[in-house]
Amino acid sequence: MEHIRLPKVERVQLADRSSSRRAQVGTLYLTAFHTIFVDNEVHNELWVLHSLVCNVEKLSITSCGYPLLIRCKNFQVIQLLIPKENDCNDVFVSLLRLSRTERYEELYCFSFMPNVDKAARGQAWDFLNLKAEYNRMGVSNKLWHTTSVNREYRVCDTYPADLYVPKSASLPVIVGSSRFRSKGRFPTLSYYYRETQAVICRSSQPLSGFSARCLEDEQMLEAIMKSNPGSRFMYVVDTRPKLNAMANRATGKGYENEDNYTNIKFQFIGIENIHVMRNSQQKLIEVSDLPSPSMGEFLLGLETSDWLKHIKSILAAGTFIAKAVAEEGVSVLVHCSDGWDRTTQVCSLASVLLDPFYRTLKGLMVLIEKDWVSFGHKFSHRYGHVVEEPKEASPVIDQFLECVWQLMEQFPCAFEYNERFLISIYNHVHSCHYGNFICNSEKERKDLGIREKTHSLWPHLWKNKVDFVNPLFRADHSQTKGVLQPLTTPYCFKFWRGLYNHFDRGLHPRQSVLDSLMAIKEETQQLEEVLTIYQQKLAGVGREQANDLFVKKHGMKNSQGLWAEPTHIRLANSPQDYNGGNLVSGPKDFLFGDTSESSDPDNSDQESEGADFSCHSCSGGASPPSEDSVKDPDSDDPAFNNA
Amino acid sequence: MEFAELIKTPRVDGVVLHRPFLPTVEGTLCLTGHHLILSSRQDNTEELWLLHANIDAIEKRFIGSLGTIIVKCKDLRIIQLDIPGMEECLNIANSIEALSTLDSVSLMYPFFYRPMFEVIEDGWNLFLPEEAFKELESMTDEWRLSEVNKDFSICPSYPALVTVPKDIDDDSLCKAATFRHGGRFPVLSYYHKKNGMVIMRASQPLTGTSGRRCKEDEKLINATLRAGKRGYIIDTRTIAVAQQAKARGGGFEQEANYPQWRRIHKAIERTNILQESLIKIVEACNDHSNSMDRWLSKLEASNWQSQVKEILTTACLAAQCIDREGASVLVHGTEGTDSTLQVTSLAQIILEPACRTVRGFQALVEREWLQAGHPFQQRCAQSAYSNEKLRSEAPVFLLFLDCVWQILRQFPCSFQFNEHFLVMLFEHTYASQFGTFLGTTAAERVKLKLSQKTVSLWSWVNRPQELERFLNPLYEPNSLVIWPSVAPQSLLLWEGVFLRWNRSTKCLDEAYEEMVHIIEYNKELQLKVWVRSSAAGQRRFMGPCISHMHILSL
Repeated sequence: MEHIRLPKVERVQLADRSSSRRAQVGTLYLTAFHTIFVDNEVHNELWVLHSLVCNVEKLSITSCGYPLLIRCKNFQVIQLLIPKENDCNDVFVSLLRLSRTERYEELYCFSFMPNVDKAARGQAWDFLNLKAEYNRMGVSNKLWHTTSVNREYRVCDTYPADLYVPKSASLPVIVGSSRFRSKGRFPTLSYYYRETQAVICRSSQPLSGFSARCLEDEQMLEAIMKSNPGSRFMYVVDTRPKLNAMANRATGKGYENEDNYTNIKFQFIGIENIHVMRNSQQKLIEVSDLPSPSMGEFLLGLETSDWLKHIKSILAAGTFIAKAVAEEGVSVLVHCSDGWDRTTQVCSLASVLLDPFYRTLKGLMVLIEKDWVSFGHKFSHRYGHVVEEPKEASPVIDQFLECVWQLMEQFPCAFEYNERFLISIYNHVHSCHYGNFICNSEKERKDLGIREKTHSLWPHLWKNKVDFVNPLFRADHSQTKGVLQPLTTPYCFKFWRGLYNHFDRGLHPRQSVLDSLMAIKEETQQLEEVLTIYQQKLAGVGREQANDLFVKKHGMKNSQGLWAEPTHIRLANSPQDYNGGNLVSGPKDFLFGDTSESSDPDNSDQESEGADFSCHSCSGGASPPSEDSVKDPDSDDPAFNNA
Repeated sequence: MEFAELIKTPRVDGVVLHRPFLPTVEGTLCLTGHHLILSSRQDNTEELWLLHANIDAIEKRFIGSLGTIIVKCKDLRIIQLDIPGMEECLNIANSIEALSTLDSVSLMYPFFYRPMFEVIEDGWNLFLPEEAFKELESMTDEWRLSEVNKDFSICPSYPALVTVPKDIDDDSLCKAATFRHGGRFPVLSYYHKKNGMVIMRASQPLTGTSGRRCKEDEKLINATLRAGKRGYIIDTRTIAVAQQAKARGGGFEQEANYPQWRRIHKAIERTNILQESLIKIVEACNDHSNSMDRWLSKLEASNWQSQVKEILTTACLAAQCIDREGASVLVHGTEGTDSTLQVTSLAQIILEPACRTVRGFQALVEREWLQAGHPFQQRCAQSAYSNEKLRSEAPVFLLFLDCVWQILRQFPCSFQFNEHFLVMLFEHTYASQFGTFLGTTAAERVKLKLSQKTVSLWSWVNRPQELERFLNPLYEPNSLVIWPSVAPQSLLLWEGVFLRWNRSTKCLDEAYEEMVHIIEYNKELQLKVWVRSSAAGQRRFMGPCISHMHILSL
């Protein structure tokens, strides 16, 4: 609370950046975790979670007041105009501090108290069970088992407690191998492919330098190779560019020498490091944020950002591994430097390609929990949850989610979830609303008591799954089954407008196929119920009941307006600036400047101007979907109530 | 001329056909006057029937005595034929080349084609100017149908009947015609029911360097304004290009002579630039190197997407003037047969819900393109692969279709037709068994007796069994003006045309089928519930079901 210099400012204007509409006037409230703008006229609310604020900028003064630009990590950009300089300054300073959390305990998730009792909270954390997931894959079995070597996080403090290794690898071999690997991250099972018994294993780079060897590490790889009876060799995939890997040798790290290991095929894949990716995304964001760019500017910017090139290299790596495992039946060990960024991306992407389960809602949650959360992807460092070295930040999971999105574009029926699910996960990775992604490893989370002090995201998403389902998904569809074989030709990769321009409502299709199909499916379900009742009626069940239900169902349908006037167009549709803002303008200073002559055509009845506001507020039901990270309906933020 | 003279080898056995994403077929190759046919003579294998007119370019290669002909089609498909025997291969190649570049219109396939179906509704009589005018008359009495051009002498590229302001007599029209490029004096293109504003179209005024003026022309376009109202002239060229046109006798409307009009210049490229764009984008899409940089820079350098953006933006601007500013619009470029028509027809799709139906769109193509004198035959003589010297080829209509597709993507529920319908139109403008897109002007079509000697595309498309494929299952009539986004992020590459032959569309087709299935199943249940509720005496609940069933009854 001490960071809030000014809890409330009146007569603040919220500018609409995407159109020339007039700004809304309202009151701005600063609370511990949210900045809230309440429109005076329509009482719409815009909630901005402070942990999502990326930066705050004071712009040069205008005739109407002092502008403040707030950029969020979910690519929302908010421009406020504050009448008084002092107020603007106070808001600015408060926001700067509120959005820069210094200690984990200050994060929103530690204060977020939904109305759930302790037992329910514990159950929620048990919603996903990794042990059950490994069982589903088919381990333990006669060749693979779980090892207790890391129970106390003594061998590797960034690995999970429960790990799966070849039965033939003895404890000394594991420990020896871990000493020969960066941060002790020895080769361990990531995914077991039941059909061919081939596996994906993951690790960090070996401490090979120019010539060092480690017998136990060599035995470890041999054990992995031999645990796949169908193949006489295995791949070792170094996801780094060869040059980077070679440079690492000078610091005593590096990559496997094929001569020292029995029957390995070594392969570089060439995914760039976190710093290159950070800069690339920065450029991409600048491109997506250009004010009315020409087609040339946009495409050139897209090209020079190199972003799609990186996405392509990651998807190509995942495809290579999935092919090796499924088609060749060959096991693969994947590593990069530390084995928690590129390795994680590539292993989880290969799993999505291989296993239809990971293309379901629950499956993607489990996959992220397993490959990302449990294996020590450094969420808090990469996504800047607390103030730390900015060089640690990088869009690693962004790229994974985007690869999945690119796959969804190629295989529209193969995924149970839709784009909104990916965007929702993306938001929660940054929002610090739930405890799942706090800290950098399982051990840190245990030490901090995340399970006891915060809530888990996954049951929350599951509860709202209706919003996240892809209507084209059918469990028995041919696309759903088996291994996906995506194309990686350049033209298959597209700019992800849904994420990077998520809040620029004017750029999205004005009618959504997704929404339409979701509504139709829901109606179909209701009709099925009605028919069932009719059938029961024929079988002698009371006629009244069927009639009542029919009335009820149709009543519901009409209230949703499924086939009625397309209200969503009314909300969204209005002309853009088609002439560089020069000639055709708002109705008032039209044409030759003589406003008397130019009748303002009374056609605003068609496109309601004020309704556009709903895009900022999660209370507006229209697309884009309400992001509960912006404001949670069950949150009882005390500061706002007091204000 | 006998086609047989051009066919030295009419038949070769043992030819192997390679097509994208289809199994190779070995069979017999036959050449006829209009088709290249490959048949495996097995019942279960599909035959290839390719119109010579669809062939844009061929390449020959020889390895030993095995010849290979690579056939590049105007619909952008590339197929390969392996032909045993060098002489046979050369003969075939020469025949294809000769047959695919026949200049004489009367030798074209539509004059030889006999439909395998009964023509129930003749497409040639579907969209008559008289009928369109009747509809206009029911809304306003400010316009009349003039026969001034009935022998095509005033303006050779206009139809016999044109709609002009009631107060302007035919003599004035004749005088105005002398002041406009190719005689294309301003005529009515679209009447906006909601506020009575209109889109007129013309060609450039012939002001020349001396600043010539024409009172009749001024009077004509002023007659379209209501008392006290002012209008916009949208010149599709940049001011620089319009200035240069003066030296060749063309020009633009001077403010002093047209004080009630405000001129806006846009930058839609000339036809030869558009053709270059097409060649480059097709080249980019066919580049099989695996480099992202190369793809994006080629896509950018092709400028295709920029053309789409500029055309769509100009059309939106015209629509905005009409609907939002309540001002009438006159659109022209240089000749008034290309960019002008792109703008006027797209503006109507934005403004007028009827244009988003199958029939309405056909009427729009008929009215704003065919009747309005877009020279289809010249523009579509060659496509993206041809090595021939360009004459006046340009993808003007394809760009229009691309823009329609962009709007369709942004308003997927507002069009009665689907993407396949647009792709089909693209194919038929370049090569067709139907006569619809033959000729360059209405006058020429009359001379060729197309309506007697050929079958109209619409006669075929509108048969229920064909139409089914082209209907959009998501269609819900939408009575509003639809404003598309023209931001680069919102404009996509039209994969259905440009990547159609480069990657398998199996997964996307399956997704479309699944969508159709979801909607069909819903309708089926609606019907069942309706039947049961009727049986149970619940007729008062018919409403919601009926409103949903209009799609069924199409």
